[in-house]
Amino acid sequence: METEQKLTAETFPASPEKATLEGKNKFTGFWLFLGGETVLFASLFATYLALRNSTMSGPKPEELFDIKLVFAATMILLTSSLTSVYAMYHMKNFEFKKMQLWLGVTWLLGLAFLGLEIYEFRHYVHEGHTFTSSAFGSSFYALVGTHGAHVTFGLLWIGSLMIRNAKRGLNLYNAPKYYVASLYWHFIDVVWVFIFTVVYLMGMVG
Amino acid sequence: MSTLSQKKGVGGTIWDFMTTVDHKKIAILYLIAGGIFFLVGGVEALFIRIQLAIPSNDFVSAGTYNEILTMHGTTMIFLAAMPLLFAMMNAVVPLQIGARDVAFPFLNLLGFWLFAFGGLFLNLSWFLGGAPDAGWTSYASLSIASPGHGIDFYAIGLQISGAGTLISGINFLVTIINMRAPGMTYMRMPLFTWTTFVASALILFAFPALTVGLFLMIFDRLFGGNFFDATMGGNTIIWEHLFWIFGHPEVYILILPAFGVFSEILPTFSRKRLFGYSSMVFATVLIGFLGFMVWAHHMFTTGLGPIANAIFAVATMAIAVPTGIKIFNWLFTLWGGSIEFTSPMLYAVAFIPSFVIGGVTGVMAAVAPADYQFQDSYFIVAHFHYVIVGGVVYAILAGVTYWWPKMFGKMLDEKLSKATFWLFLIGFHLTFFIQHFLGLMGMPRRVWTFLPNQGLDLGNAISSSGAAFMAVATLILLVNIIKTTAKGQKVGGDPWGDGRTLEWAISSPPPEYNFKQTPLVRGLDAYWIEKMAGNKEMTPAEPLGDIHMPNSSFIPFMISLGMFIAGIGFLYRNDHAWGDIVGIIGMVVMFLSMFFRSWIDDHGFHIHKEDLVDDDKEAKM
Amino acid sequence: MTTNQSNSDNPRLNLDYRKKRNAEDMKMQVISFAMMLFLTLIAFFAVYQEFSGWYIMPVIVLLAVVQVIFQLYYFMHMNHKGHTIPAFFLYSGVLVALLTILAFVTIIWW
Repeated sequence: METEQKLTAETFPASPEKATLEGKNKFTGFWLFLGGETVLFASLFATYLALRNSTMSGPKPEELFDIKLVFAATMILLTSSLTSVYAMYHMKNFEFKKMQLWLGVTWLLGLAFLGLEIYEFRHYVHEGHTFTSSAFGSSFYALVGTHGAHVTFGLLWIGSLMIRNAKRGLNLYNAPKYYVASLYWHFIDVVWVFIFTVVYLMGMVG
Repeated sequence: MSTLSQKKGVGGTIWDFMTTVDHKKIAILYLIAGGIFFLVGGVEALFIRIQLAIPSNDFVSAGTYNEILTMHGTTMIFLAAMPLLFAMMNAVVPLQIGARDVAFPFLNLLGFWLFAFGGLFLNLSWFLGGAPDAGWTSYASLSIASPGHGIDFYAIGLQISGAGTLISGINFLVTIINMRAPGMTYMRMPLFTWTTFVASALILFAFPALTVGLFLMIFDRLFGGNFFDATMGGNTIIWEHLFWIFGHPEVYILILPAFGVFSEILPTFSRKRLFGYSSMVFATVLIGFLGFMVWAHHMFTTGLGPIANAIFAVATMAIAVPTGIKIFNWLFTLWGGSIEFTSPMLYAVAFIPSFVIGGVTGVMAAVAPADYQFQDSYFIVAHFHYVIVGGVVYAILAGVTYWWPKMFGKMLDEKLSKATFWLFLIGFHLTFFIQHFLGLMGMPRRVWTFLPNQGLDLGNAISSSGAAFMAVATLILLVNIIKTTAKGQKVGGDPWGDGRTLEWAISSPPPEYNFKQTPLVRGLDAYWIEKMAGNKEMTPAEPLGDIHMPNSSFIPFMISLGMFIAGIGFLYRNDHAWGDIVGIIGMVVMFLSMFFRSWIDDHGFHIHKEDLVDDDKEAKM
Repeated sequence: MTTNQSNSDNPRLNLDYRKKRNAEDMKMQVISFAMMLFLTLIAFFAVYQEFSGWYIMPVIVLLAVVQVIFQLYYFMHMNHKGHTIPAFFLYSGVLVALLTILAFVTIIWW
């Protein structure tokens, strides 16, 4: 079967993720899924925008958000997006170990992002800003929490790929899987760009 | 080994169907499940009409009536109409494009099981404290306050079902984009495939809005959220917007495949190609696009303001234009054709005036000031039943009859099919035509009873009598199905005789791999072209070779079961300590099953060239 | 454009060509990253320096949009061949998204 033939750097196709029908289907299907996710996050953004002034007696965004923390989280996630591009670059060059290395760096950065976010949420809860404290609270955690859940899922996904394929090397069966996981990772950075802009920056402006 | 020669007992057949990833068998699963839910929704409709047959009736209590009407609408739209349309899409679209299966056969089965478990979850409410009772639209102020768990069953059940629909939508999109046979450009695809394509795009963009809406509802009711609670700064109209941003495209998701069915049936039984193919494609795409711009026409009376109302009113009227293009094209297809009034054709011909009636009352309702009178009256009930029953249900009855021989290898009895048609036609118009006038005379919708001597008695009685006709028509259909299954005549690949599209070029039912060799498509109505050129079969586009097939799997059932268990757990989280625990267990089952699927290598199996040649010999015997 | 498929029959030559193209692509990615970093810095700087709200709001949204365009076209390879369908569907999603957001910031509270 073609996905199991012994490949070398020379015979590895130029676009390995699309070299098989399965690969093409995964590629197309995942981009379509991202189109749907765009609408999903837009609905959450829209709800947040409608309810962000309903803080009731709880703390307001200007009082809660810490620009340094948000900046650090943003830099971490943006860098992780770059490192996942590096990983794909090595995949295209059939350099399996380097790809795994850069995916590993991506993973660690993602973990750091999550850690910062958990620390941030714990602080907010301490300040009285919870899911149940107001409509602002509910919509904030729904939006930012859904993004965080997506990051968590991404870490599980990339981690599983790395472990499962550690002994196999690259082939046309797992190349599309890596590619699609990296598309997902970029997408959650895209969503974060809007979150830091609309939720945090706008929130700090007042 | 070819499955033609495998024999199975009952247990084996059930397991086969539970784990199959073959689109043709999944179509049958959708047909059975959708059919059962159609009967459930139909019984709910009968109860509604019995309750309303006479004034001041007490066949059911007011609270029960609210549950029945909510479940009637929810079941019919989500659990009957959509799955039955999916049944046809699954059965037909891969064949029409010359493919061997859909792009993601595993996900296809997952989509089915999620729908089935979601439907089961929703209907469990009847036995577990009461069904949802806030209408199929479940507006937030009412549904947040609804005591008991009915609304939770609604929200979680639809969430599970909706996930399945979204997955299937993506599946059909990728299949149509990537897996068309050589020579089949987009503008050579049959109309049913086109409408499936556009409807699937609508699913992709509409369902996420519903997903968020349902999550917000679940969060507010079960997790202490404040999205819709005005005392905590929330806003109930958010629900309406999210629901209708989904809900309006949803009705186009229902009607576009219906249009596609009739675009296949009308040319076939007029023995004439579809008039204006390009404009039909254009109209389909335009309807899909405009379908996202009109949702607030369901909200004219909520105080959006005159400017918003005007914008949505005009956009709504605009949709009538591409729809009108289609109607004219169908009429021009019929004109000058050599018409054969088979039962599918009867539905097609009855559909045209019925749908137009529903469409024009829709344009009436699009006039925002007029809608202030129509909103929440029986006029609206009449409108949407005319388009849904006259459009979608007719298409389902027609399409199922039309493609039945392709799916099962036997034709339904034409006499019984025609009896079903006539009784259903009479019943449908009896029930719903008079409702226009009931609405104009002031009868509100969703009322459990009405007082005598207000001018509503006769109209309601007539309306209820129609329901009996439709019930009998359905019973005759069931008899037809049972009779055909027991002793129908086996048929060949092109049983109606005038098939134009690729699905009629192969045997009935097709072999598991559909096409021994992928066909070469030379133009629109690919099979018709070959017929006119004197060929009995399609020209192959590839040499005979081993065929790669996907493996069956139990995992889609497990993933769906996991989500179902999670739903039960979270539903009871505020009543029982085990709620959250069971909920988390369900999520773990779901994610572990997904993980297991991704971890194991499932490369499928091959059907070897030699067996393909044998299959051919067997089929000819 | 920007595909790394070469036309020759010599696999060694193909590999060299492809590696060169990939390296060029990678260079573009790093430049994009630098741009994105820069855009992010401007946005944070504007808020940190407490410029007027009326000025900041549209500017940071614009900066976000530009940054996302970089992500899509460079990091997610939307500038490569074979991305017509993905682009079409993603933009359709963006359209529905914009309509939803527009509705929620207007007719919800008016």
